[in-house]
Amino acid sequence: MRDVAVIGVGMAKWGELWDKALRDVFVETALLAIDDAGVDHIDSMYVGCMSSGLFVGQEHLASLLADYLGIAPVPAARVETACASGGLAFRQGWMEVALGQSDIVLVSGIEKMTDVTGDGATYALGTAADQEYEGYHGITFPGLYAMMARRHMHDYGTTREQLAQVAVKNHRHGAMNPLAQFPFEVTIDQVKSSVMIADPLRILDCSPITDGAAAVVICPLDRAKTLGDKPPVKMVGSGHATDTIALHARPDITWLSATERAAEAAYKMAGVKPDQIDLAEVHDCFTIAEICVTEALGFVDRGKGGQAVESGFTALGGTIPVNTSGGLKSKGHPVGATGVAQIVELTKQLRGDAGDRQVEGARVGLAQNMGGSGGSTLVHILEAT
Amino acid sequence: MVGIVGYGTYIPRHRIKVEAIAKVWGADAPSYERGLLLKEKSVPTPDQDTITMSVEAAKNALRRAQIDPSEIGAVYVGSESHPYAVKPSGTVLAEAIGATPEVHCADFEFACKAGTEGMFVCIGLVQAGLIRYGLGVGADTSQGAPGDALEYSAAAGAAAFIFGDDKVVAEVEETYAYMTDTPDFWRREHQFYPEHGGRFTGEPAYFKHIMGAARGIMAKANATAADFTYVIFHQPNGKFPQRVGKMLGFTKTQIEPGWLSPTLGNTYSGSSPMGLASTLDIAKAGDRILLVSYGSGAGSDAFIFRVTERIDEVRDVAPRTRDQLDNNKVYIDYGTYAKFRGKIRKAT
Repeated sequence: MRDVAVIGVGMAKWGELWDKALRDVFVETALLAIDDAGVDHIDSMYVGCMSSGLFVGQEHLASLLADYLGIAPVPAARVETACASGGLAFRQGWMEVALGQSDIVLVSGIEKMTDVTGDGATYALGTAADQEYEGYHGITFPGLYAMMARRHMHDYGTTREQLAQVAVKNHRHGAMNPLAQFPFEVTIDQVKSSVMIADPLRILDCSPITDGAAAVVICPLDRAKTLGDKPPVKMVGSGHATDTIALHARPDITWLSATERAAEAAYKMAGVKPDQIDLAEVHDCFTIAEICVTEALGFVDRGKGGQAVESGFTALGGTIPVNTSGGLKSKGHPVGATGVAQIVELTKQLRGDAGDRQVEGARVGLAQNMGGSGGSTLVHILEAT
Repeated sequence: MVGIVGYGTYIPRHRIKVEAIAKVWGADAPSYERGLLLKEKSVPTPDQDTITMSVEAAKNALRRAQIDPSEIGAVYVGSESHPYAVKPSGTVLAEAIGATPEVHCADFEFACKAGTEGMFVCIGLVQAGLIRYGLGVGADTSQGAPGDALEYSAAAGAAAFIFGDDKVVAEVEETYAYMTDTPDFWRREHQFYPEHGGRFTGEPAYFKHIMGAARGIMAKANATAADFTYVIFHQPNGKFPQRVGKMLGFTKTQIEPGWLSPTLGNTYSGSSPMGLASTLDIAKAGDRILLVSYGSGAGSDAFIFRVTERIDEVRDVAPRTRDQLDNNKVYIDYGTYAKFRGKIRKAT
């Protein structure tokens, strides 16, 4: 297998992009990545997208996007594993380059979520849960994560304040990211008094509904040295694991075993341990998710995720800064794009291009992207060259 | 100079509190009360509709105009809740006030903008010399689907304005209109409740068009916000008119007299015209008033009025809008409201 590097990244402003069609959002972002990479062609492309069918009524997405980008007839494939679709697209692209099937691959993620009503978006997202055993009983994702939060509070003494601190931290980071949907700070009191969604989760514990895309260009590491003028970032570890889609089928609903297993695989491949990670982008779709993820990744002991955010362990300037981009919470969560946007942030950080939110001396970064309530997880580890 | 000769409004007595609606749907009342500045809304009884309210408002306008109704050459009713899909509201109104048969009638529909459309056309016809007086009415008994965000605001009320070029209480100094194809709110034929684009109804719809029309008319009149005594914007909730006013540089004092929505709700086609009537109720000769309506789909009509001395003679010959809003109220619960609005029907 060949070593693979990220040589270009692209992301435009996220938010309610009502004046752009899905294809426009994609083309704008893909061109940013292609320009950043300085390449003159693409051999193949992947796009991660959870549900263009339910959100905009469009399937057969990869060919459409390849056409509008002007790269047809190259092979193009859409991959889907709910909110982890972007992470999966990156893994597929990496495999294709590593196996020598293609040299220059465009990996993208996209979701256009605001062309439907709030109820329409809730329904589309809800299809990532077990429809027969969860969906039919009326549960939605805020409800599932609320149960995880309640149980975590019960088992480990995690507090309402600690949940709020995740939102406060990620908004503080996101305020330094001009591409974020909500680039402003929030206070603990604002989070705690925001509208109740599913007790104990309030609206400011939840990631938003977002339109947006992210894209990266990857190629063999040895070619990366001759392409473009920015330092390539090496892909050193990849892990992918699944778990029960239904939350109730797990032995412990606070433990994200797919994240644990995907991380184990990625750590093993990269030859690093959790304490060697300099920064991480993780899937904070709800504040409780980040707490559970930092535990499953081995950054902190089981049950200590709440204390980790409270102590500043996961803040910019802390031991392992988590979600310097603002995370899903502040940056936004166009579900299919999220996993690729995490790679965009790590690449900027490992190049030393992250501006005000730069983690000093960052060498090794980790991205964790999960689908549903943790039924699928992708973990990637990147290293500066 | 063409202007308003008489004006009148009508608000049904019944009210339902936002809290009573939120309780039924398990919704968060404070987020409507604080977030959208909505406390309660008017509710029509089963024997009230767009036509009956138009008649009440038009009679009040006639009381102030003190003209012979047979001299009204045009009657236009703007509404999105005309009782009949086919058969005009305007002819019933014209007959009821004694304006028939030498009168031109038409019903207007443009979501919440239909009221100012009739006014706009009346001004043109009077100015052209085709009619002596013209009556433009905005009235609605609008419905929001049960549990939908619109249910907290969709209210009932009517405002009527008679235009002419004598006996004027407020001269029309300027008019302006700003339209685009923006689908933020709609109801197709045979649908009982409207649908809307959620947050899309804000920035690219309400705010874009109101700002476009307000800036357009101010540029045309070479005026700034400070040149107006009062301003009225369409009021889909309590918050939007305050916010758009602030964005355009108006003060709360300028907005306050016509700001009815916190306790009235959104009377759709009646909304900004009722705000104008309420403002005229307290205006003095020489006051300059800016009115900007908004209708989904989407567009805004804008008008600049200058109040004349005749206002003092007519102000109190018919009920003031604020008095109808604040007094003589009957609060009802959600069950009664659901019955009144045809949301539930008795078995036959």
